[in-house]
Amino acid sequence: MSKSILTRRGLLKTGAIAGAGLAMPLVFSKGAAAYTNEPKGGSVTLGFNVPQSGPYADEGGDELRAYKLAVEHLNGGGDGGMLNTFSSKALKGNGILGKKVQFVTGDTQTKSDAARASAKSMIEKDGAIMITGGSSSGVAIATQGLCQDAGVIFMAGLTHSNDTTGKDKKANGFRHFFNAYMSAAALGPVLSSAYGKDRKFYMLTADYTWGWTQAASMKAFLEHEGWTMVKDVRTPLATTDFSSYIAPVLNSGADVLILNHYGGNMVNSLTNAVNFGLRDKTVNGKNFEIVVPLYSRLMAKGAGANVKGILGSTNWHWSLQDAGTKAFVKSFGTKYGFPPSQAAHTVYCQTLLYADACERAGTFNPCGVGEALQGFQFDGLGNGPVLYRAADHQCFKDVLVVRGKENPSSEFDLLEVVQKTPVDKVTYKPDNPFFKGGALGQCNPGA
Amino acid sequence: MDAIILQVLNGLDKGSAYALIALGLTLIFGTLGVVNFAHGAIFMIGAFVAVTLNRLLSLSYVTLDPSQKNFLGQPLEVKNAYVVSWFGDSFGNGLINWSVPIAIVVSIPVMLALGFAMERGLIKHFYHRPHADQILVTFGLAIVLQEIIKAFYGANPIPAPAPEAFRGSFDFGVWLGFRPNAIIYPYWRMVYFLFSGIVISGVFAFLRFTTFGMVVRAGMADRETVGLLGINIDRRFTIMFGIAAAVAGVAGVMYAPINSPNYHMGMDFLVLSFVVVVVGGMGSLPGAVLAGFLLGIVESFASMNEIKSIIPGIDQIIIYLIAILILLTRPRGLMGRAGVMED
Repeated sequence: MSKSILTRRGLLKTGAIAGAGLAMPLVFSKGAAAYTNEPKGGSVTLGFNVPQSGPYADEGGDELRAYKLAVEHLNGGGDGGMLNTFSSKALKGNGILGKKVQFVTGDTQTKSDAARASAKSMIEKDGAIMITGGSSSGVAIATQGLCQDAGVIFMAGLTHSNDTTGKDKKANGFRHFFNAYMSAAALGPVLSSAYGKDRKFYMLTADYTWGWTQAASMKAFLEHEGWTMVKDVRTPLATTDFSSYIAPVLNSGADVLILNHYGGNMVNSLTNAVNFGLRDKTVNGKNFEIVVPLYSRLMAKGAGANVKGILGSTNWHWSLQDAGTKAFVKSFGTKYGFPPSQAAHTVYCQTLLYADACERAGTFNPCGVGEALQGFQFDGLGNGPVLYRAADHQCFKDVLVVRGKENPSSEFDLLEVVQKTPVDKVTYKPDNPFFKGGALGQCNPGA
Repeated sequence: MDAIILQVLNGLDKGSAYALIALGLTLIFGTLGVVNFAHGAIFMIGAFVAVTLNRLLSLSYVTLDPSQKNFLGQPLEVKNAYVVSWFGDSFGNGLINWSVPIAIVVSIPVMLALGFAMERGLIKHFYHRPHADQILVTFGLAIVLQEIIKAFYGANPIPAPAPEAFRGSFDFGVWLGFRPNAIIYPYWRMVYFLFSGIVISGVFAFLRFTTFGMVVRAGMADRETVGLLGINIDRRFTIMFGIAAAVAGVAGVMYAPINSPNYHMGMDFLVLSFVVVVVGGMGSLPGAVLAGFLLGIVESFASMNEIKSIIPGIDQIIIYLIAILILLTRPRGLMGRAGVMED
């Protein structure tokens, strides 16, 4: 019968040898790659992280369609879409830097933890060189932080909170979509001109990062127009019936209701408000009005006739008549049979912008790509001239003020553009109080 | 005072939905002894019956209008509803306008059939299994049903508007002597409250005044003895499952104009409805109705800004706090009977 004797010295020796053995592959792999997931073969993999289940699955579905279209165009397929109208001519339709573009998808479920898990899996298991997507600011901010730590670029999808490129901005993260501040800056003068200077407004606000920043921005710009805030009531995200929040509105003396809600919240709160007959009422001698600061065509469809005549803002709309929009709508519409949403547009642009930055930088290294995106000015992607500002990685472009159409000619024709607010009216300094806190930090190539 | 009346009114329609769902849950639990977590999904499917009927009545043929262009610059496809071309403008558009009330008639046989299929096809195999197994299988069924609806209808809410005659709101403030706009209440919510009252009364009358109902009540009290009398109680209980499904279904149909239906709406009501059943007393039909309205009104009060400014977030937990309080003081719930779930 043998007896094993474990000594302190023996344990230390074994531990040291085992540790060195385990560390060896990491040492070699670290030296072998200059950055995380450096592509070695003839292809490069992008990670599309969108809500494929949960309440924003329809928006995620539209984003995924646009991503697939972008990949097709990058690889030289289809009619080329906005590759033909993009002011930068670095992309040739032969992939990115000569490598064929492939993609993997993840399901964010519109939950931050699920989004981080799927992004992590795409980076670590599938070798994704870039992550893009998200239909919620909470998800975008969580994924952006993960990508910063992992050393890959994050090209944000539909995220409208000021914080994404404000206090939570990261060197590896970039946003093409507009933000809550820009919506408020565009809407303030339009609302004042449409409804008069002496107005009292009541806000219902989704209780999370986007809602808070949207409410704060609306308050600042409406008060600047001479309006008075009666109350800002936070509503939990899980709320489905807003009747108990809406019932006290008329009694409060307010004559305008601002719904800082998005997605299902927006559909339900607007439906409840219209059912309560708010729009038929007269308060303070004025017609009662409802405003939805962030509009989405997909959500407008859910609210049906309730959106008619209601003002809001949007990042882009398929009815624009510039060459980029026409090319994208033609490509997308021919392939899928209906016009793209603003979510589809922004993610398509982000994919092209990333690919273009790689081409111009001549590398997939996140630091090189980031440098190429910083301060990049471009046109031809549907929003007029755009600047990717270096200080915070936020795109600056014109903002559309839209209104629910009174007589839609089809199920897609729900919104009409009432004003294109010029970019200089919505531009702010990087140290603007709404965006203070946090730091961009240094780019992280990972590896 | 006006704020209090306002929140009582608000609580009534939410309470109506809780009471109708909880009534069905209690019927199923009282008769078959099954904890049915798929009951919320039945409510959701009821709402989608309204959506589907609206779509069926709006089915259209397409004509091209060269004077207008679609998003691709081609002649616009103009949709013309078949019912309008068959029955004329007035009657055809009237059918579409009244699609939600019409859906009630359609939903009853649909939901009865769905209820029978669920009970015969799946749930009867779990009668003699532990409650945990029943919860797992019915919860799984609920997920399957909602994913099927999502696959067909998408994840976004779909509007199912009330008839035009019932849009807008009634100014209770003026009626009660308060100033205008102090207490407003949508017409359709009033209809929903009255409708739930009719359905609940109908179910109670059915159980109280018909021979079938008497047998069912006897079976709920002592299944074995009723069986020994030569009565096929299982068949009657299966029918009760169908009736419970129909009650949840019509509750869903009528709820569709209040909030645009989406595939997840059943889950939103399910958990709270279970709390309602527990607070009312497992197996007690009057308890479920009483607790439904009580918790609906309490939840509405907790959403008041004045209360939330004192206790933030109270509206999210008030129902559970009340449930804890009632179960601590009356462990069988408000109107629970001895012996139910106590073995």
